[in-house]
Formats: sequence, C-alpha cells, structure tokens
Amino acid sequence: MSITYLDAIREAQARALREDPRVYIYGQDVGAFGGAFKATKGLAKDFPGRVIDAPISEDAIIGSAIGAAIEGFRPIIEMQFADFSTPAFNQIINHAATFYWRTQVPCPLVIRLPSGGTSGSGPFHSQSLEALYAHYPGLVVMTPATVEDAYSMLLEAVAIDDPVIFCEHKFLYYHLKAEKLPEEAMPVGKARIARFGRDATIVAYSAMVHEALAVAEEMAGEGTELEVVDLRSVKPLDTDTIVASVARTGRLLCVGEAFPWGGVTAEVVARVACEAFGLLDAPPQRLNAKDTPIPFHPNLWSTHRPTARSIADAVRNLLRL
Amino acid sequence: MTLARTLDEKLASLYRAGKIPGGGVYLGRGQEALSVATGISLRKGDVFAPLIRDGAGRLAFGETPLEAVRTCLGSPLGPMRSRDGNVHRGKPREGYLPMISHLGAMISVVNGVLMAHRFKGKTDTAGAASIGEGGTSTGACHEAINQAAVEKLPLILVVADNQYAYSTPNTRQFACRSLVDRAIGYGVEGHSVDGTDLHACLRTIGAAVERARSGRGPQMVVAKLLRLCGHGEHDDASYISAQLKNSPAGRDCMEVAREELIGNAWATTAELADWQTQSSAQVEEAVAIAQKDPQPDPADEGWCALATKHLAEGFNGAP
Repeated sequence: MSITYLDAIREAQARALREDPRVYIYGQDVGAFGGAFKATKGLAKDFPGRVIDAPISEDAIIGSAIGAAIEGFRPIIEMQFADFSTPAFNQIINHAATFYWRTQVPCPLVIRLPSGGTSGSGPFHSQSLEALYAHYPGLVVMTPATVEDAYSMLLEAVAIDDPVIFCEHKFLYYHLKAEKLPEEAMPVGKARIARFGRDATIVAYSAMVHEALAVAEEMAGEGTELEVVDLRSVKPLDTDTIVASVARTGRLLCVGEAFPWGGVTAEVVARVACEAFGLLDAPPQRLNAKDTPIPFHPNLWSTHRPTARSIADAVRNLLRL
Repeated sequence: MTLARTLDEKLASLYRAGKIPGGGVYLGRGQEALSVATGISLRKGDVFAPLIRDGAGRLAFGETPLEAVRTCLGSPLGPMRSRDGNVHRGKPREGYLPMISHLGAMISVVNGVLMAHRFKGKTDTAGAASIGEGGTSTGACHEAINQAAVEKLPLILVVADNQYAYSTPNTRQFACRSLVDRAIGYGVEGHSVDGTDLHACLRTIGAAVERARSGRGPQMVVAKLLRLCGHGEHDDASYISAQLKNSPAGRDCMEVAREELIGNAWATTAELADWQTQSSAQVEEAVAIAQKDPQPDPADEGWCALATKHLAEGFNGAP
C-alpha cells in the first residue's frame, strides 16, 4: 500500500479530528464534497458537524476561525487555493498574527494553502505565498516537501498555540508516495539534510526539494556531490543547519518557486552572507520563478518556475565562480 | 452614560494637555445611548465587539474606567500592557473583543465565538458587534452578516448611522433608503431605532438580543444619530452642517435621557447631579492611579510574537 502526499494530509486531519475534540474543519466545499482536491474526503461523514462548508467569504472564514480559536478550539481552515487567501489577508496578518501579542490569549488555527504551480493552472491558481506570510510576526509558516512531513507537520501545526500557515504543494499531491505514515518526526523548526554532498549546498523547500534532488542525482554521475537542505518550515528558518551545510561545501544556491523579489531565497542568502560570509568560497546564488504573473500555457509555465534543468545550470555556474 | 461621557471628557482634556501617547483620542459623544443599550443588554457569557465610539457600551459590559484610562495612557498595567492603545482594548477571556482598525473585521470573529459556543453546547448566549454606517460598506461586513445568517447565529449587528464616516457624508457612502433595508437581503431581522433616545435604544436592542438568544438568528439594528464630535479629537468636524446639528438626529442623547428621567419623575435633578459627582470621582480616581503607573521599559519586553516561544527566531534578542 502506498500513501500519497494528499492522503497524508487527509489522514492527519482525520487523526486530529479523532484525537482532539477541539478540532474542526471549515472551508469551501470541504463537507460532503470532500474538498476541491479531496483532502477532506469522507471526513464530514466520519465526523458529523465538525467538517463544515463555508460560503465564499475568505475574510469571514478566517475571522470566525479566530473567534473559535480564542474560545479554545483548533480550527483547520482549507483555502481552496493559496491564491484565494489574499481576500483574507487582513484577518490573517492583522488579526490572527497580532492576537497573542496584543492580548496574551493564544490564537491557534491552521490555514491550509494548496500552493504552487501545476501545469495549466495560470496566474490565480498557482502562487506560492509563503514569503508573504513569513514576513509578518506572529505566524508560523510550514512548507512540507515529503509525505512524512505533510502528515507529521500538519499534526504539529494543529498542536501549536499560534496561527500556522501550512503551504502544501499541489504538484506533490498525487506524485509523491510513501510506503507508510511516519511514527516519528523531526521537530518543526529543524531543516533536514535531504542528501549529503561536499561540493555545493542547494537549499530548497516544498516541491523544489525534489527538483534539487533530481539535479543532485544527475550531477553525481558527473562526479559532483551536491548537498540538499530541505527547509521544512520557512518560519522559523533553521539558519544553523544551513550554515553548517555551507561550512561543509563553501557554496550556496537557494531555490524557491515563489517570485524573485525578496522572499525566502533572499532571506537565506542574506543570513548566510551576514552570519557565515567567511565560509563562502563563492558569492551565494539564488534561483526563483520569473518576475511575471504565472503563465497559463504549460510551455511557458515550465520555463517560468525553476526546474531541474535551470537548477543544474545555476549549480554549474556556481561551481565556476 | 454619565460615566462614559465624563470619562470621554477627561480623555479629551488629557489629550489637549498632551498626556496621551500616540496622540489619538476617539470619543463616543452623541452615541452613548445606543452604545450603553448594547452593553447593558448583554450578560456574562455573551460576547461583545465594540468599536471606537463605544466607551459607554464597554463600561456597561464590564470594563472599569481604570482599564480604559490605563490603555489610553499606555500603561503596562492595562489590559493591553502598552502593546496596544486607545480604543484597541479588550479582555477576550471575558468575551470583550479588542478591535483591530480594519472596519468590519470584528463581526466574523463574534461569529466564530458564537460557533464555538454552539460546539460546546451553549445555546443561551448572544454576541453583539458594533459598526458604523461607513463600516457597512466593507466586504468584511457583508461577508460576516451573510455568514451569521447562513449559520443562524445569535449575532446582533448594531449599526450606528452617525451620518459621517470621518468626513464622508452618507450620500457618498450608500445609496439605499436606509441601511436596515439590507437586512431582508441577508435574510436577517432588521430594526430601526432613534439613536438619540435611550429608552428606545434599550427597548429595541434589548428585544433584538432576546430574539437572537431565542434562536431567531442574526438581528440588525440601525440607529440614526449624529456624531457630536470629530472623528478623533484632532478633527474639529467643521464639515458637519448646522442644519444637521439642529435636526432630530443631532439631539444630544444625554439631554434626551435627562429630560425623560425628570419628565417622568424617574429621577430627580439632585439624583442626576449625584450621578455626575460619582462619575467624576470615579474617573478622577482612575486617572490618578494610572498616572502613577510605571512606563513600559523596552528592556522588560520579551519581543516575542509567538505563544510557542521555542519557535520564535529571536531576531530581536540577538546582540
């Protein structure tokens, strides 16, 4: 039996509902329909009254989750697409994120954002908003890259006493499979060395981890050993693990699927430059999507985002510097 | 009402004396009848999301003058511990929600609290949210009323139609005859009331709260009145016409209430004077205490926005 990344998300929610009476799920089409991607399939039937269809009102969905959270509940909100969280941006960054700081009353809610590009999804169903949310104090931002992390980090997100932005990658939903669900997990806030190597470090997160691993595999055949760091969460960002990797390799490429201005890759490069400049043998590099809206046509889309090919080119460039 | 008006006047005088950090004071002058009626119609266990002109409702719902003054003066001993100020105060554990500045945002939070009550099996609670006519133009307000209607929540939305949103008159805010006409579109019960008339406000809002509590779903109360002050104390409100000030909506609800109390012999002039004396004493005492409070010390501040401390990145604690 194999379990997909999407199955893991569903199973984590089922377990949270089963084990914690404070948990409920609220979002568009999450009830009997089971969600646009079927991440809540069957849950409304198994947990009557706790998997609730919402009107198309992202602001009110998050606002009500804040109200329930401060009353002691643990809402899991499904945004149908990460892109649609922007109508709720005010409630997320000005309200949920500030609540504990202002009042000392925790606001524990999880906002699931089906993120990132899939072929043909276009400008409004493909975005990666982790940097946007990571910018704001008071939020935890998770970006799981594996089936195991999708499961264990979602459970941890529910347990955390703060608002968590859970960026789950749509491209990984069906592609990524594991044999079984994990019984143990690394703590949130710790990055994972996804592959060891000595020639250069690729820092990546979410779907880009798999592109980076493909490059590492390909270049191993050419005698180049790349280390791949999977950030797992972008906030907190595990600077120690990144710096330790750079200490081993002396070279850094950070890859993200989001837009290039600012963002996670810029933050990683800035931290390494500030804290570990002396460890670098070459200027740190970063690779992102292009600075345009995300194109619809598959030919354009596959060039817009970083791919194994563009990452390999960037690595070869890095190794020449 | 008397306490709220007295507190507001004191805060205005502290503002003029430069004693308010941040420089902002927002008063409820002219809206005390509506506001107090809201606060007093709720009870322990209910939830209340006041807005900027709800000093009276806050006191009626259980806030003390000291908590109000401490927040306005930025005291670390106030409920917001210097981290937030003026009207952005509350005690969420007691159902008193601290507003954010973005209008309409509080209503769905009340909905969420009421959903939580329902999950817990509490069926006898209600929640009130205040909004101005300007705030009804937001998408957040629309989403939240509709959400409450879909969920049949015991929400009372109290709309203070005070004729101006900062300087913007109603003619530039909405085009319907009355905002209460929107209630039918949302599938909620709507009520109009003269917001200058305390007695009418108590009757209408009290009835709306009981209707919500008894399971009739959301209630929308639209009160017509006039803001008898600027948007904040920095604003002289010179844009408000004399004609409007002299209209029925421009009556001072304090005067209307006094006349009714005395006209019906429900209270004597001496009793009213006594209430004023007591209110002044309470406010002066609160200010005297709060002015002796320590100032917040940045060195004592933890600078951590997360409840889960070990996940904080410690940007600010680093040397």
